[in-house]
Amino acid sequence: MLGYLRPDGRKGIRNTVLVAYLVECAHHVARAIATPFEGEGAQLIGFPGCYPSPYAEDVMRKLCTHPNVGAVLLVSLGCEEFDRSGLRKHVEASGRPVHTLVIQQAGGTSKTVEAGRAWLRETIAALEAVPRAPLDPAELIVGTKCGGSDGTSGITANPAVGVAVDHLVDAGGTAMFEELGELLGCEEHMAGRATTPELGAAILEAMRKTAAYYGELEHGSFGGGNITGGLTTVEEKSIGAYAKSGSRPIVGLLKPGVQPTAPGLYLMDMVSDGGVKFGYPNINDTATVVEMIACGAHLIVFTTGCGSVVGSAISPVIKVCANPVTYRRMDGDMDVNAGRILDGEATLAEVGREIYDLALDVASGAPTKSEALGHQEFILTYKAFGPLGPSCLPV
Amino acid sequence: MAQQLILLSGEDNVAVAIRDLEPGARAETEGVALTVRDRIPLGHKVARRAIAGGARILKFGVPVGVATRDIAEGDHVHQHNVRSDYINNAIEHYE
Repeated sequence: MLGYLRPDGRKGIRNTVLVAYLVECAHHVARAIATPFEGEGAQLIGFPGCYPSPYAEDVMRKLCTHPNVGAVLLVSLGCEEFDRSGLRKHVEASGRPVHTLVIQQAGGTSKTVEAGRAWLRETIAALEAVPRAPLDPAELIVGTKCGGSDGTSGITANPAVGVAVDHLVDAGGTAMFEELGELLGCEEHMAGRATTPELGAAILEAMRKTAAYYGELEHGSFGGGNITGGLTTVEEKSIGAYAKSGSRPIVGLLKPGVQPTAPGLYLMDMVSDGGVKFGYPNINDTATVVEMIACGAHLIVFTTGCGSVVGSAISPVIKVCANPVTYRRMDGDMDVNAGRILDGEATLAEVGREIYDLALDVASGAPTKSEALGHQEFILTYKAFGPLGPSCLPV
Repeated sequence: MAQQLILLSGEDNVAVAIRDLEPGARAETEGVALTVRDRIPLGHKVARRAIAGGARILKFGVPVGVATRDIAEGDHVHQHNVRSDYINNAIEHYE
């Protein structure tokens, strides 16, 4: 495998140019700039809010300096509160080409679009010179996610991803799982897998916060297609979702944007601190995919039973289909058919190995189905997090 | 006969349909032999034995909810006869 070597020494598996809008009012202009260059690696991300958000500023900084990103164009309306010069300086300090266009200063939509496209044309050509360097599985960070889960997810795709996660961790790599609202019922088991008692206590505390948060919302991270698909309670969904984490020790507890400090398996706490201020912790699957990418995930392994089609900006998404009937209906969107386990055509161990091998192929540049179809879903909204506890990261 | 059910743990009082099952169908897997009393779609749960109201539903060997009424062997086990020990949504979902 060859990665794209960044000035900070980290290696990416893609060489993307981000066009980032800093308020919804700049969204259309940013999209108009990026669209003609979609096939050449330009991708659109952004934050829609006009009011200050330390969380969103931090996540945007992490995304704009992600190892899969080669250059960044910031598109600002001009009067929003986002700290655009702080973000530009942060990207500059990482050694990446970065440029800011302010629509109100550039003279409106047409002039900004023209200037943005000119910058992209030059920058994309220059990115061909980014050096390549050997990439070892031990340098990979993989995020796991389930979406559109049904009664087959916890039996086939999620445990198969768990097998792949074990392979990656055994190779010295880094994996993460998340969505604490879909781990209710697994708290004691997770705490028992923590490498230190203090980390176990931090996991239990995060799960207490999660139970209180969803209790106040009066709605668990559960419903709709989960129920139609045969899952009856949030704790039943949780047991299945938890299987994605495999069997290795949990070495750390992250929050969105925090980078793992050593290899191994991490849990990402994505439930806002300080109570219900900004609504659901995960307004959809993409919200937590973006947060894992902000933690440095090079690629995402995404399981689905009902049949999700999403991909992501910045990091490729491998889709593992749990349900054999869904796979036959939607095979154009699915990279792996874990439903073969139910049909007696493959074992859990075989599908787990297939997912791991595919992850290495994708890290080497092979496009996933969602990438080839042009999926680049992205969302970032308001949240609030306090600092990480002292025992959350491995020393 | 192709397999129709899987039992995820020997302690479980429910099995999972791995194909759509119709009422009256005989369904078997290791440790389970029952006549299905309801329609059980792929991925849904069927009672492996009678479950008293108030008893825990066991799947993967762990509790995944509480029976809200008596459940007979072969019954569909889902939201009409099980509630969560954690959060029951205040807003119902629609189909």
